[in-house]
Amino acid sequence: MGARNVGGARVELSGWGWRHAGRDTHALRGVDLVVEPGERILLLGASGAGKSTLLHSLAGLTGPDSAISGEEEGLLRVDGEPAARGRGRVGLVAQDPETQLVMARAGDDVAFGLENLGIEREAIRSRVEGALADVGFPYGLRHSTGALSGGEKQRLVIAGALAMRPRLLLLDEPTANLDPAGAELVRSLLARLLAETEATLVLVEHRVAEVVDLVDRVVVVEPGGGVIADGAPAEIFAEHGRSLAAQGVWIPGNEPAPSLTAAPGGAPLIEAVDVTARTPFQVGVRVGPRRTVLEGVRVAPEAGTATALTGPNGAGKSTLLTLLAGLSGPYRGSVEPRGPLAEADRRPLVKWPARRLARHVGTVFQHAEDQFVTSTVLDELRFAPSRAGMGEVEIEAWVGELMERLRLTRLADVHPYTLSGGEKRRLSVATALSSGPSHAPDVLVLDEPTFGQDTRTWTELVELLGSLRSEGRAIVMATHDRLLLEHLVDSRIGVADGRATVSSKEDV
Amino acid sequence: MSTARSGTRTAETMGGDTLTLDVPAEGGARYWMTGLNPAAKLLAALAIAIGLIPAVDAVTGGLVLFVVLLTVPFSGVDRRTLMLLGGPFLLMGLSSGTVNYLYGEQGLEGAVGAAVRLLAIALPGLLAAITSDPTEMSDGLVQRLKVPERPAMGVLAALRLIPLLADQWRTITLARRARGLEAGYNPFNVVRLFFGRLFALLVRSIRTGTLLATAMDARAFGTGPRTHARISHWRRADTLLLVGTGALLIGAYALSARLGTLVLLFS
Repeated sequence: MGARNVGGARVELSGWGWRHAGRDTHALRGVDLVVEPGERILLLGASGAGKSTLLHSLAGLTGPDSAISGEEEGLLRVDGEPAARGRGRVGLVAQDPETQLVMARAGDDVAFGLENLGIEREAIRSRVEGALADVGFPYGLRHSTGALSGGEKQRLVIAGALAMRPRLLLLDEPTANLDPAGAELVRSLLARLLAETEATLVLVEHRVAEVVDLVDRVVVVEPGGGVIADGAPAEIFAEHGRSLAAQGVWIPGNEPAPSLTAAPGGAPLIEAVDVTARTPFQVGVRVGPRRTVLEGVRVAPEAGTATALTGPNGAGKSTLLTLLAGLSGPYRGSVEPRGPLAEADRRPLVKWPARRLARHVGTVFQHAEDQFVTSTVLDELRFAPSRAGMGEVEIEAWVGELMERLRLTRLADVHPYTLSGGEKRRLSVATALSSGPSHAPDVLVLDEPTFGQDTRTWTELVELLGSLRSEGRAIVMATHDRLLLEHLVDSRIGVADGRATVSSKEDV
Repeated sequence: MSTARSGTRTAETMGGDTLTLDVPAEGGARYWMTGLNPAAKLLAALAIAIGLIPAVDAVTGGLVLFVVLLTVPFSGVDRRTLMLLGGPFLLMGLSSGTVNYLYGEQGLEGAVGAAVRLLAIALPGLLAAITSDPTEMSDGLVQRLKVPERPAMGVLAALRLIPLLADQWRTITLARRARGLEAGYNPFNVVRLFFGRLFALLVRSIRTGTLLATAMDARAFGTGPRTHARISHWRRADTLLLVGTGALLIGAYALSARLGTLVLLFS
């Protein structure tokens, strides 16, 4: 069955380095590392340390004819040979299952890799069924891949990799894009599989605590450098835990502790009145009719309070957020401004002109890039205040302050799309804050603001949100982040089965 | 035959989503067309399209259109899809006819001929597309029509991204409003903002496409000759479809010539 009985590959790197095409500095350089057959290692490093690049190189995906081009140096060997794809020796599972499924049906997708390897048809079927059984896939071979949840999709991706019987399994944050239930589904699967397979494993994962039991060795790499620590997990965390945490790595027992002032609380600023929402219109034949995602929802985020929307993916958290932010209108019911917000405009938020809305309600999207509209960081921040008619001198001062506060000053002339993940997130928050003419907006709406952030950006973000809260602004966010819920959130709204259930912090 | 159909309304609906086509096990004649090899359907549609190019009169095209319309009840297409596609389809014929009537030189007869011919060419292709499972279509193209693997698989994989792109487009549109950007009633702004959004979507879709290509590469795509997990079967019905299509075209031309209505292009 599946990945068993093929043994593990030996990985050897010596003086290995990689520089992406068009970059001045190396992502990694001088990496010396030997992974013995069957070993399970966790690869750690600050964000931007080239961990994904190393995995791609091991999978034979970097090089002159590949999607990822750049300059390689030193030696990289898998089982004594240069890494090359096509031998079915290496299996790679990346973050987002959405972009890893190729075929429309579950069985066909698992078969895709086997077809590419030139496996005979008679053998494919049994290997596909074996791999699907190994990952505990609950549906039939003909089940549509589009109809799966995130966790189920990622299970299918893993089955597709296992069916190829890899001797080296590379996992690049396999649970990062999943909700807690989906992540648990994948983690429990990995724990079970790793107990059975002999394959060598290299795992990259930011949330170390959740995977530390799966590995027997931890390797830490440094951005632009090589291996800076290598050993048993307990040893590494005892010796380097503090310095790793300072670099932004999530280390068990070294979780960030943001300093926050208590929430002042206040009256509701916006109120969703009996809101019903439906899925957007789908293009294409054989798509189902529109479905109701929220029904008769009543919530009222308050000033000086951090409110979190929680619940499984697809339950309607993001839909509720866009309604609360006045970006789209509900099918029935309305989202009304309350208190000081109603003084600006009494109409439902969705009727507000965009400029007025941006001044009073700031929104931070999950993918920061979606909200960038200019070509430099500086212009991005000047955009809202200059449209609001603020004077040149005032704009300079306000933008300068924002950049200083979010550590963006040295990036002022850079194109927003070229920023790193953490920088993009900081900029997207800064743009949402920049909208107010003389102050930040009254309501800040954020979709998974801490998603994929290292501990440094995480702490800055939480402290910034905390200070906005203490200024009396309403913070509303959709999040799965346990730590964020613990530290910042005052009021929780559970979204599930079309309902929104409010619970205060005491009940949590 | 149709005795297998249950009386409920939902029994007519084909299951699945845009990328999968699930036909009820006991569909009977109602689903006859979905059982044909997509490659055969595509060839038949192509034959009709090419075969009808020379004939601009209403009778030749009309007979073909009539016979193709007779097969629609056996296509398994449900009422919702039929209505969704029927509107634009009729609009296409109507507008083509109107334009030809107003500006053409053949008068009403020529206009009806142009409309009927257009619909007779379009309908078979449309039926071939909506009665075929995309995966089986790509299998048929590769195994029966010897289309190269790479474009066939690439198109199939790219189809999966369309709903994703639609979602991204919606998000980008909302994000512009969140930044205070709204076109209002100024047509210049409408165009400018549209292209801004299009660029943002392009950036997102290139990233999504690269990720998918990397995932396909990681699963050894394009490293050597592929085998096929599924066989694209060619049955007697597929051969009969092609024979029938040929007979239909010959019959249509013969009838039109007999009636003296046949008008050839450039004649």
